[in-house]
Amino acid sequence: MSAAPLLEVKDLRVEFPTRRGTLVAVDGVSFAIAPGEVLGVVGESGAGKSMTGMAIIGLLEPPGRIAAGEIRLEGERIDHLRGERMRAIRGRRIGAIFQDPLTSLNPLYTVGEQLVETILTHLDVSRDEALRRALQLLAEVGIPAPEARIGHYPHQFSGGMRQRVVIALALCAEPRLIVADEPTTALDVSIQAQIIALLRRLAREHGTAVMLITHDMGVIAETADRVAVMYAGRLAELGPVREVIHQPRHPYTAGLMGSIPKVGAVRRHARLVQIDGAMPRLNAIPPGCAFNPRCPKRFGRCTAERPELLPVGNAIASCWLYADGPR
Amino acid sequence: MDLDNRPLVRLIEVGRDFDVSKPWLNRVVEGAPRQLLRAVDGVTFDVRKGETLALVGESGCGKSTVARLIVGLYALSRGRIEFDGTDLAAPGIDATVLRRRMQMIFQDPYASLNPRWRVRDIVAEPIRVLGLAATHEAERGRVAELLRQVGLSPEDGEKYPHEFSGGQRQRISIARALSGNPEFLVCDEPTSALDVSVQAQILNLMTELQERLGLTYLFISHNLAVVSHIADRVGVMYLGRVVELAGADPLFAAPRHPYTRMLMDAIPDLEMSGKPRTPVAGEVPNPLAPPAGCAFHPRCPHADARCRAERPQLRPVPGGAAACHAVEEGRLSA
Amino acid sequence: MAALDGWLRRAWEHDLAWSFRRSPVTILAALLTLLCVGGAVLAPWVAPQNPFDSATLNLTDGFTPPAWSDQGSAKYLLGTDDQGRDILSTILYGARISLGVGLAAVLFSAVLGVSLGLLSGYLGGRLDALIMRVADIQLSFPAILIALLIDGVARVALPRELHDQLAVYVLVLAIGVSGWVQYARTVRGSTLVEKSKEYVQAARVIGRHPVAIMLRHVLPNVTGPVLVIATIHIATAIITEATLSFLGVGVPPTQPSLGTLVRIGNDFLISGEWWITVFPGLALVVLVLSVNLLGDWLRDALNPKLR
Repeated sequence: MSAAPLLEVKDLRVEFPTRRGTLVAVDGVSFAIAPGEVLGVVGESGAGKSMTGMAIIGLLEPPGRIAAGEIRLEGERIDHLRGERMRAIRGRRIGAIFQDPLTSLNPLYTVGEQLVETILTHLDVSRDEALRRALQLLAEVGIPAPEARIGHYPHQFSGGMRQRVVIALALCAEPRLIVADEPTTALDVSIQAQIIALLRRLAREHGTAVMLITHDMGVIAETADRVAVMYAGRLAELGPVREVIHQPRHPYTAGLMGSIPKVGAVRRHARLVQIDGAMPRLNAIPPGCAFNPRCPKRFGRCTAERPELLPVGNAIASCWLYADGPR
Repeated sequence: MDLDNRPLVRLIEVGRDFDVSKPWLNRVVEGAPRQLLRAVDGVTFDVRKGETLALVGESGCGKSTVARLIVGLYALSRGRIEFDGTDLAAPGIDATVLRRRMQMIFQDPYASLNPRWRVRDIVAEPIRVLGLAATHEAERGRVAELLRQVGLSPEDGEKYPHEFSGGQRQRISIARALSGNPEFLVCDEPTSALDVSVQAQILNLMTELQERLGLTYLFISHNLAVVSHIADRVGVMYLGRVVELAGADPLFAAPRHPYTRMLMDAIPDLEMSGKPRTPVAGEVPNPLAPPAGCAFHPRCPHADARCRAERPQLRPVPGGAAACHAVEEGRLSA
Repeated sequence: MAALDGWLRRAWEHDLAWSFRRSPVTILAALLTLLCVGGAVLAPWVAPQNPFDSATLNLTDGFTPPAWSDQGSAKYLLGTDDQGRDILSTILYGARISLGVGLAAVLFSAVLGVSLGLLSGYLGGRLDALIMRVADIQLSFPAILIALLIDGVARVALPRELHDQLAVYVLVLAIGVSGWVQYARTVRGSTLVEKSKEYVQAARVIGRHPVAIMLRHVLPNVTGPVLVIATIHIATAIITEATLSFLGVGVPPTQPSLGTLVRIGNDFLISGEWWITVFPGLALVVLVLSVNLLGDWLRDALNPKLR
């Protein structure tokens, strides 16, 4: 990492006060993303990865709120901003891509109108210039015949094409950071591959940092530079993609990688590695390490003390196995 | 595994159309034509006793429709389906009796259990309908045994579905499917809605149950990696047709049909071996207006004039069968 | 006993009970409703007088103003009407009729509407088209008109004495038929949603009969909104009955409802005996308002998006 990080998250804590007590959806998560880097945030349902993304974009639904920690975008704190200030940043400096392209676009406006409106809201250019940029973006994201399609409505595009439009929309104000929450989950495998490649290429070309949230390790392997693994609202492991996938340090990551079926595996009908039990619900997180009841490598300290993020190799893992230096 | 080679289920030139025309009034006023969606078009394959046959394809390829045609949720538009040698639609045949030997597991664990019923009633429903338990105690005992078999506890029978996680609900669905003592299980994307680690638990469970109970599975999925793990034979579908049908090992080692190759290439490479892959082109065409000839020709790098005009038939190749002119003519490198 | 105690505790802790406890307006509305219903049900024991038993009436006590005014007396708390009937008692007995007819009509509407909605949604096709067209046609008439129509037909069809005897039932039928459409439409919508869910498909695969699926699987899942509609419909039904009685085509004068009382009292408004019409009117308003407020609370409390 040469330059200063584009996005810095420190000890982020997101809480949901309910009448049965406070639920902690994100508990002390820290990471940074450099310009042009793709950080994958991976985890299963309930791990808190979407909440983290929402907190960064500023779209947490009340009563959810950021209870502690800092979020800095290009050095400036953005976690405590409200209304007008947040709106100015969201869309201009942070772009968002969500899972369902059907509901991400307004069905009543043409694609061109939505692009132009967004560009005019955030950039100080003329309408003609905005139109020109919109056409250029559509071409860049791979929409064939953009001049014809710019006047079409969202329902006239197929699922994959719609997601490309959503990516164009996220990019049109030239954001420094894109938060993509499960951008390919609703798409077919062949389209998924196209969209992943597109995202990666655009990130490189525009120098945009990308926070890619997904449950699919395969997508991470193809797209991300580094990956953060989340479990029960906490960070389990963070490191370069190759290392985390091929040499997972945290027992949860190891279990996760083992349970993914791979084409060309040695024996069919062999048992997949299975992590017994399930991720704890937010109101029933065990003391000490959140993973300890399911961990095959658990020992005394794990049930008593919550592990810190400890360096191991090029990665960090929150696991007491690495307390005495790398193993 | 004991493979009796007599097919348990046979599909012969099966087809299903859906009428997606606009309402009658609109058609009269606008002069719009009737529109028929050919969701399944000329599908032929067997499922052998004791094996797991997987049907793979992307959305809209018709694999879920095939599943529903077999269990009788949809009626056939064309073709016939035979179960254990008997044509299900033949006159004089009581298809319901035959269909009791098959069951289905669904994709969405949150919609496949009635939220107002207790788990024990959900699991016991087939037992009651089929009259398999003579007394109340016998029924309760059987339900408890089934819940244990799928990794839950008998006390869970008193609870309601919303008290369980996605993976546990799928286990309940499996218990319900097994309670009628079926021979044949149609599984429609049973793990697609589950997290990866939960998926592993369910796949392991299904494999165990198959060995223990001698079940035959038809496994529908869009996930080739899951299929490679669980299937003995694989059928690849595209726009309502079967384009390739082969044993799992030969298929994954050397896919023949260009679409199968494209699907294999699109699987994210977890090994990160960096091997070169042909870029994927285009999107699935509108199923209301499928391309003439071979349905895949607009996206196929090997398409020629014959492909644009003539629909290919499934022809045997080493290891299975493929519906492709280029394969038949030997134009494709292995 | 312990089981009941546990159940009571869980009911108290339930989301609905909690939401109820938090809203003073709803608690007040519930209390008022309870008061009205209690008074109506217990009328024969609670009312100071049976106003429709002419033996107990004293004509000379007629036109007595309410107890707190000069010529009032404690015996007739809210005054008397022209026949010497105690207004409080007439209100209690009248509320009986109003509530009885209202509840019966709503029950009829609900059963009719839910059944038609279920059939329509589940079976679809021509039956669905037929039922929905009938519903559409009916909706183009005001409910009052439908009720008037049915009542008018009954008057013509039945001989005089029979009509009087059956008047209440005809009224229930009239109001009931005028209100089934909203139940049917809501239930049909919910049925269409539930029909496509996989648990219904699973029941079909198991081989259950369509009627069994409709009643055992779909019905329990579509009745939620019905409760809310019914509660608000009670208020509407009571008002409709009151309107019809006010117009003179509702209940016969021998069994006056609150609406009839308002009509009777109307004649005396100008001559200054205001209490004869105002108190029954107020009672009607309080009853309808509190039931409406209860219905509002129930609708919001059961709406998962607002929780």
